[in-house]
Order: sequence, then C-alpha cells, then structure tokens
Amino acid sequence: MTDRFDIYIAGVGGQGIGLLSEALIRAADAAGLPARGCDTHGLAQRGGSVASHVRIGSRCHSALVSEASADLVVALEIHEAVSAGRAYLKEGGTLVWFDASWQPLAVRLGEEGPAAASDVAEVAALRRGRAVRVPADSAPDPRMQNTAVLSAICRQGLVPGLGPEHARAALSDLMAGPALEANLRLLED
Amino acid sequence: MKDLGQTLLREEAFSEIVIGNTAVVRALVEAGVRSVSAYPGSPTPEIADAIAAIPAEKRPFRFEFSTNEKVATEVAFGSALAGRLSAVFFKSVGLNVAADSFVQLPLLDIPGGLVVILGDDPGANSSQNEQDNRHYARMSYMPLLEPSGAREAYGMFKTAARLAARHRTAVILRLTTHVCHAKEKVDFAARPPAVPNPAWGFDPARENYVPLASSVFPLKRRALERLAAVEEDPDARGVNVVEGTGSRRGVITAGTAWLSLRDALEESRPGSVRPDILKLGLVHPLPRQAVQDFLAAHEEVKILEELDPVLETEIKALAYDEGLPTRILGKRDVEERMGEYVPAKVRDILTGTWPDLFDGPRPAPLPAVAAPRPPQMCPGCGHRSAFYAIKQALSPGDVTVADIGCHTLGYLPPYRMGGVLLSMGHSTSTASGLSIFREGRRVVCFLGDSTFFHAGLPGIVNAVYNGHEVLLVVMENGTTAMTGHQDHPGTGKSFNGPAPKLSVRAALEGLGVGNIREVDTYRQTELTSMVREALAEPGFKVIIARHPCMLKLTREARRRAGAGWKVRQVRVDPDTCVKNHECIERFACPSFQAREDGAVEVSRDLCIGDGSCRQTCPAGALVQDKEEGR
Ligand code: SF4
Ligand code: SF4
Repeated sequence: MTDRFDIYIAGVGGQGIGLLSEALIRAADAAGLPARGCDTHGLAQRGGSVASHVRIGSRCHSALVSEASADLVVALEIHEAVSAGRAYLKEGGTLVWFDASWQPLAVRLGEEGPAAASDVAEVAALRRGRAVRVPADSAPDPRMQNTAVLSAICRQGLVPGLGPEHARAALSDLMAGPALEANLRLLED
Repeated sequence: MKDLGQTLLREEAFSEIVIGNTAVVRALVEAGVRSVSAYPGSPTPEIADAIAAIPAEKRPFRFEFSTNEKVATEVAFGSALAGRLSAVFFKSVGLNVAADSFVQLPLLDIPGGLVVILGDDPGANSSQNEQDNRHYARMSYMPLLEPSGAREAYGMFKTAARLAARHRTAVILRLTTHVCHAKEKVDFAARPPAVPNPAWGFDPARENYVPLASSVFPLKRRALERLAAVEEDPDARGVNVVEGTGSRRGVITAGTAWLSLRDALEESRPGSVRPDILKLGLVHPLPRQAVQDFLAAHEEVKILEELDPVLETEIKALAYDEGLPTRILGKRDVEERMGEYVPAKVRDILTGTWPDLFDGPRPAPLPAVAAPRPPQMCPGCGHRSAFYAIKQALSPGDVTVADIGCHTLGYLPPYRMGGVLLSMGHSTSTASGLSIFREGRRVVCFLGDSTFFHAGLPGIVNAVYNGHEVLLVVMENGTTAMTGHQDHPGTGKSFNGPAPKLSVRAALEGLGVGNIREVDTYRQTELTSMVREALAEPGFKVIIARHPCMLKLTREARRRAGAGWKVRQVRVDPDTCVKNHECIERFACPSFQAREDGAVEVSRDLCIGDGSCRQTCPAGALVQDKEEGR
C-alpha cells in the first residue's frame, strides 16, 4: 500500500473529467484509502483545457498535484495528453490517454501541427514510464469517454488498490437508472 | 451521494466527500441561517448549486440571487438587521462592487449577525486580478477567518456564524478558489434541533443606525472595541493551531499555504531542521497572544502567506512593539506576492529561506511544446456569429471595448474584438472616454444582458446624458452563461421561480436611448449592415444582438430528448470545398478540424448542428444532412 499516489487528469471543457475524478476519489474511498482532490476549471465549460487533481494516501495534504510528480496522468484528448504528460508525469509514471482529438485553436488556425500518437509515446519515453492508449471506439458515446478511461484504469490496475469493484461502487454512488447501467456495462467488457 | 439535497438536510451525523462550497451549505443549515443572498461568480457558484439541490419547501433559509454584489450585501444586511442570522456570498472582485455598503457594516449593530463568504482567487483562475481581500477586512475592522479545505470551511463557517451572532456584527469567511473546489471527506455533525425564530431586531430608537458626521465616532470606537473582543473570544482562539515544538525555526501560515507547507515538508531532507508551525484560522484581527508566544519560542520565523504581506506587516510591528529578538523572514521579492502558494511554489520559497531543508531542486516538468489551449466560445455560440458579422463592418483603426461574460472571449484570435477590459459594466463608459478623442475612429463596446442589469446601467445613462458617440452592442443570450447559467432579471425567472421579465429594450428606452436596433446574431448579413448604418449615425446608439446561449439550449434539449437526442450535424462536402478556410480560420467554430492535406472536417463529438456556420462558406460546401442520433 502506497501512502501517496498522485493522479493528474486533463481534458477539454465539456469532456466530463469532473465525473472521472469524482469517481476515482469515491473508488479510493470504497477501497478504504484516504483521498482528496480538486477540479481546476477556470472558465469552466468553454472548451479550454481543464484539469482535475486526485491524491490518494495519508501523506497528501494539498488538494493539488505538483508538476512532474504525478504517478498517473490521465488525458481524455491527445493534445492534452502531450501537454499534461510533459508538465505532470513523474519519472517512471504512467500516461493513460483516450484517443480523441479536439484540435486547439493554434492547430485549427494552421499555426501549429496536430499532436500524434508518437508525441504521446515520446513523453512517456522521456520520463521512462509507459503510455496506455484507450481507443476511441471503447466509448459508445462521446459523453462516456470518461467512463471508458475509468474502466481502463481500474481493469488494468493502474491505481494500486483500485479494481473494477471499487469503480462500480463509486459510479453507483453518483448516478442511477439507465445512465448508471450504461456506464456499468463499460466496466464489464 | 445521489441526492445532495437530502444529504445536506440529514438529521444524524454523517461523513461525505464534498467540495468546500458544498460543505459550507451544510454549515448554513446547522448554524440556523435564515437568509442568504449572492451574485454568481467563480469560485462560489456551487454554493448556490448545493442550495438549489435542497427542495424549496424543506430549505431552512431563504435564498436569492440579487442583481449585484452590493445589492446582495444589502439584502443580507437588512435580514440580519431584522434579527435573523444571514449570509451573503460572491467572488473576490465582487467585493469592490459591494464595498460602499460593505465597509459600513462593522459600524452598525447587527442583531442577527451576518457572515460574508468571499471567494478570493489567488492565481486569477477565473478573475481579472488576484486581489487580496484581507485588506478590506483591515480597512473596515471586520473579523476574517480563513479555512484551508472543505472540512475547515464547514467548521469555520459555524465559528464565523457564532461570532457574528454573539458580537452582533459581520464576519468574513474568506475562501479561496482551491478551498471552494477542494474535495475531501468531511465529518458532519448531527443537525441541531430547530430553534424558534428570534424576535424582530431592528430598533432605531435604541441604536443609532445613521452614521452622519460626528455620530460616526461612537460607532467607529465600538467597531474597534468589538474587533478586540473577537480576538479574545474563545471561539476565535480555537481556530489557530500550533504544530510541533522545540525547533528553533518556525513558520506562521494560513489557508491553503499551510497544506502546501505540509506537502513540501514531506520531502524535507532527513536530519534537517524542520520548522514548527503556527497555522492561523483567525487572520484578522491578528491573534496577538498566539503570535507573540510563537515568536518568543523560536529564533527564526518565516511568514508564509499567499499574495500580499498582510500578516508579515502586522507581525513585524508586533515583534517591534514587544521588543522580541526573533528574526522574522518575510517576502523576498515580487514573485512571492504573486500566484497561488501551491506545494511546488512553497517548496521553492522554503528552499530560498532555509537551503538546507531539501536535497537538491524539486523535479522539473518537461518544457511545453505547444501553445496552451485557451477557453473559447462554444460550438454554435451566438456571440461567434455576432463577432464574425460585426468585424466585417469595422475598419482596422476602429476601437472595440469588451465587458465581462462569455463574449469577453471575443478578444482571442481570430476575432480580436474587445481590446480592453476593466470590470463588470465598464464598457460603455470606457468607450465614452475613448470616443472623446476618436479622430475618425469609431468606438464600439459590448455588454452582456446579465451585466447590463448588474452594473451596466449607470454607464448607459451617462452616455445618453453627456452625449457620447458610441455604439453599444448588448450581447443578449438570456442567461448568466459564464458562471453556470444562472437566471437574471431579464430571463423571467428567479432562483425561486417565475419572476417579472425585465426587457432590455424597455429599460434602454426608459433611460432615454432613442437609437435602438435588434437582431438575432445568426442573421449575420443583417447584423453587419445594421452596424454599418448605426455607425454612420451621430450620438449614442444601441444594437441588441440576441441569440440564446446554445450550450444551455442544447443541454436542455438533450435532457428532454433523452436517448432519442438527434442533431443535423454539418459536414464539409469535399467536392464543393475550395479550401479557402473561411470556416475554420475566420468563423472558427471549434468543431472544424484541420486535416494535413488542407481539407476541413467537422468533429462528430463537437458539432451541435445549429447551422450558423453554413452562411460563411462562399462555396456552399457546408451541408447539413438528415438528423442523426448522437
Ligand atoms: S456558454 Fe453559451 S454564451 Fe457562453 S460561450 Fe457557450 S454558448 Fe456562448
Ligand atoms: S453547425 Fe456545427 S460546425 Fe456549424 S457552427 Fe454549429 S456547431 Fe459549429
């Protein structure tokens, strides 16, 4: 059991990273681990970068993860995977990313090139860690990209002590009805 | 926690994972607050979200969103004057709006007690500055408590409420952005039994409530005496904590800087001299005895406080007055006055203070390779159509003035509309001043509908009265979009249900504006010619450029439709597209994605199918097919 496991989650406003981080905190709680966190949404929901911090373990005090210190960086979009990975991944950490692309302004205006899977791999290599890609077709609906990533994290054991049963408990704590069923299905297969 | 409202009302003690803003609402319930008012602004809107989760008939207090922060403060003051414990909340810079009334509060006897919940924003995460509102506490002689996280926000609200009621005054609970949004498990107490409503409190025969000329002085004297009494109050003493004993080094800190300090110290070099900590919960008035004892017990004390050297200045003065030999280490440079005291920043500051504390530098990030992703207007946003159309009517030398709201984002490329921003409602008056020296330039300013009612009216009255040569474009989207879609006086709804719908046009007419045009912003060609016409006319004129907030509209439609949600997304017909990039580079809906070969695609994730982009393509390559499930 680790007494400090830091997770930095990055995405674009509107992708639902808040639910993902809430689910991770509640999953940790279900597993009996102390957890805290914080969404840093700035001008929320306006398609800018958004981030959420999750900290698990008794040696975590601030709600915020420090740069270059995240054991796990989670990104719901490829450009965010590159920038969040470069800023937050620690030596030997894991970068899990959902393979969707929502081009930032500079790319759309032709001022910069789009990010490629090789850029994500490079970040992981520079940090001597690994990259885990979650393919776009693992989410049946753009609003379930977050659960697809949660499923990958828990099924592949990327957070020590958290398994699918804890994710199930967390989701059941947060939603109900058909939405819950659809999301729980993603944790199964 | 599926039902937030019921959770917040639970009778028995319980634990729950919540953010600071939510924890405060349980504290409102437990403390027996009877009246709450607010103006929306990040980082505090989730307080209202949690209040809204409590069914109206079960809500133990009345809540309203008032028209601005000053009005909200006055409403809460009035309720507290009537004898009921009251609270008001708004964001950091909202205090500037409220200040005229706010600074008067400590002068007056407030029988019910009043808690002012401030959402300060160190780091300027969502504000136009990172002002340190502790200065206001000092200026107005108001006590100020500062929690570091959700658990403390809950506890300290209750302390603030007790102090406010006991001393018949106003007390500030100063939250910061990452206290409001910090999430942790909080142990909540059982809900105390309901107490009967207190008697009517306002008695102008017994108390002077009209500070005028020399009658100010007895009131000011009492305000200062009350501040001293709060410093001695056991409740106020109880919020300060000393950690560790026996080190020759000490740190005095407060709020989130304390948590960052603890994180930094986790990394300290084994065998180094770790400092003891005095963590202040009561930040104003300075708890002199606690500080003095701590100083006396240490050779060196670092004052670790975010933003301005408020504690530092007072603590240095205290040490001087008491003749203490302690070496007091304050801020060393401008950087230590800036930004949030996150763990990395605190570690750097401590390294500068006591270099032996850590082994080498902290881990560094890899250099960024791409420009950051700024916020932008949503797919289909009516403001985008407005800026795109208005830009066509302007010449490069013309001047545009922004105001606060989603339309502020028009200053970003490619629109570059709204080149200066001061504060809520400033645009018409700043534009008026610019227009005095325009020399052929034309001056256009923007104002949202919520801000129109908040602080926009006086500038408009002034432009009419003093005859300024300005075109005001009211960007009417029918909501307070930027802060999370709260209603405002023009929406026909209030927090508590249906409400009179105030018309922007009627208000303008009432204020004497003679030259008014109205258009839906999706009618881009019409808007362009309207701007051309209006700018050719003399005096002050207004265009109401209207389109409902598409994020709100789409969300509501999706919620109504459920699984059957369908949209007619746009696609680029590759055979017609001439690759001139009008859609992606100048209209710039974020749904457009660039392909390496110069082609443009529309993102299936993002397009809401409103079709407002189609008119911008000269080749007619933007087509809408049949409705598709999404
Ligand atoms: S929230 Fe509404 S008004 Fe604001 S950018 Fe999005 S669509 Fe436009
Ligand atoms: S129809 Fe789609 S691509 Fe066109 S403006 Fe609307 S969201 Fe953007």
